[in-house]
Amino acid sequence: MSDREHIVVADIHPLIPEQRTVSLPYALDYVGRMTNGFFEWFGELGIFFWKVLRAGLTPPYEWRELVRQLDEVGSKSLPLVAAAGAAIGVVISMEARYSLSRFGAKSMFSTTLVYSVIQVMGPIMTGLIVSGRVGAGIGAELASMKVTEQIDAVEASAINPYRLLAATRILACILMLPLLTLAADASGLLMGWIAQAMVEPLSFHQFIESGFKGAKLNDFLPPTFKTAVYGLIIGLIACFQGMRTRGGAEGVGRAATYSVVLASLFVILADVVLVKFILVVFP
Amino acid sequence: MATAYDIAMKHTEPEENDGAPVVAVEDVRKTYASHTVLDGINLHVTRGETLAVLGRSGTGKSVLLRLIIGLETPDSGSIRIHGQDIAGLGMDRMGEIRKKMGFLFQHAALYDSLTVAENVAFPLVHHRRDMSRSERGDRVMQLLAEVGMEGDVDKMPSDISGGMQKRVGLARALALEPEILLLDEPTAGLDPISSGEINDLILKLQRERRMASIVVTHDLHSARTIANSLALLDQGKVVIEGKFEDLQQSHVAFVEKFLKQS
Repeated sequence: MSDREHIVVADIHPLIPEQRTVSLPYALDYVGRMTNGFFEWFGELGIFFWKVLRAGLTPPYEWRELVRQLDEVGSKSLPLVAAAGAAIGVVISMEARYSLSRFGAKSMFSTTLVYSVIQVMGPIMTGLIVSGRVGAGIGAELASMKVTEQIDAVEASAINPYRLLAATRILACILMLPLLTLAADASGLLMGWIAQAMVEPLSFHQFIESGFKGAKLNDFLPPTFKTAVYGLIIGLIACFQGMRTRGGAEGVGRAATYSVVLASLFVILADVVLVKFILVVFP
Repeated sequence: MATAYDIAMKHTEPEENDGAPVVAVEDVRKTYASHTVLDGINLHVTRGETLAVLGRSGTGKSVLLRLIIGLETPDSGSIRIHGQDIAGLGMDRMGEIRKKMGFLFQHAALYDSLTVAENVAFPLVHHRRDMSRSERGDRVMQLLAEVGMEGDVDKMPSDISGGMQKRVGLARALALEPEILLLDEPTAGLDPISSGEINDLILKLQRERRMASIVVTHDLHSARTIANSLALLDQGKVVIEGKFEDLQQSHVAFVEKFLKQS
C-alpha cells in the first residue's frame, strides 16, 4: 500500500453509482478552499456594509423609496406575523396550562404566557418569519435586477444603488422588526388568553393584571428592540446576496434561497448572543 | 460616397469646439481571469462625432462602453471624460460625470416594476428636484414623443416589444440632456424595419443635439448609417479606425473578411 491515505467518498450519482477515492491532500485542499470561501464571504459582506453605511449617511436621502420599503416590509408582513403570533400564543397557552397543572402552578399561567411570548417566542418567531418572507423577497428582487442590468442602469443614471436599493431596504427592516414584534406579541397574548378563557373563566383584565404583575420595562423593551438587530441582519444579507448575483434565473433562485437560509441562521445565532447580552446589561 | 449620416447631418467637422476629445480612451487594457478582452485600446470622440465600434461577438465592445461609463475599471490605461480621468473616482464624484452621459443598454434594462413613463422620469425624479410634477410630466411626454412612444405611457416594460423597450431606454438615456451618448447594440435582435426606425431616430437625435456618441454594434449597415467614423476591434485591439471608405480600401485580412461577411 502506498503511503497515501485513501478516503472513500460516497456515491455521487444515483444512476451511475461510483466510488471515488481521494487523497488526504485533496480533502485538505477542499477544506481549505471552503474555509477561504467562508472568510471571503465575510470580507465581502463587510465591504458591502461599509459602502451601504457610507451611502446611507450621505445626502441626497431616498425618503420616497424608504417609505415604499417600510410599507413593503412592514404593512405587507403584518398579516403573516400576526397569524404566526396568534398560533404561538395558542400553543403556549395549551402547553403552559398542561405543564403548570401537573406541578400545581396554575396561578402562574398568565405570567408564563406573557413572559414566554414577549421575551422569547415573539421576537425569534417574528425574526424567522420576516427572514423568510422579506429576505427571500429582497434577495430575489435585487438578484433579478442584477441579472437584467437594472442595477447597472441605476448606477449609469448617476444614482448610488447602495443608497437607493440597499440602504432603504436595510433601514426599513431595522425600523419595522420591532413594530412587527409588538404586533406578534399582541396577537399571541390575545389568542393565548382566548384559548385559556375557553377552558377556564379568566377575564382579560385579570389576565393582564396577573401577567404583568411585578414586571419592569427592562423585562420587555430589550427583547423587543433586539429585533432591530434581526432586521439589520435580514436586510443586509438579503441585499448583499441579491446585488452580487450572477448566473441568470439559477442565480436568482440561489440568491433567494441563500438570503433566507443565511439570514435565518444568523438571526438564531444573534438571538443567543443578544439574550446573554440583555441578561448582563439589563439584569 | 456620402453615407446616410453625411446626408442627414450635412456633415462638416464637429463645430464650436477646440477639437479636444470629449471621450478619450488611452491604452486601456482589461482582462477577465486569464482572458484579455481589451489590449491597448486608443479611441477619441469629439463633440458632434459618432463613432461606431464594430467587431465580432465577444470581442469586448460592450466592455469598452462599461469602462467608459465607469461600471468597470480598466486594469491599465486611462479614460478621460472632458479631460478628467475617471479612474479611482468615488461613486458620488463619478455620478456628477454620469449626469452628462446617457447609456442605452443592449436589452434596454428598463425597471420592470415601473411604467414606461416612470422609467423615463426616473433620472428626473432623482436629479431634477427643482422640477414640479407637471414640468416633469411634460418633459417625459416630450421625450416619449421624440421616440414615438407617447401612446404607451402607462404600459409596463413586459407589455411592450423589444424594439419599443429600446425606444423607451433611449428616451430615458436622454432625460438629463447628456453631452455623451453610449449605445450598446441598439439594433440587436430587431427586425430590419425596427432597426431602420431606431437608426433614423438616432440620426434625428444627433442632428438636433450634437452629442458625442459611441455606438457598439456588429451591424455594419447600422454603423454606416448612423456613424461618421468606425473602429473595428479584433482580439482586443483596434484593427482599423476611420471612415467606411477606409475600411473598404484596407487590405487587412480581418477587415476584408468582416466586410465580406456583413
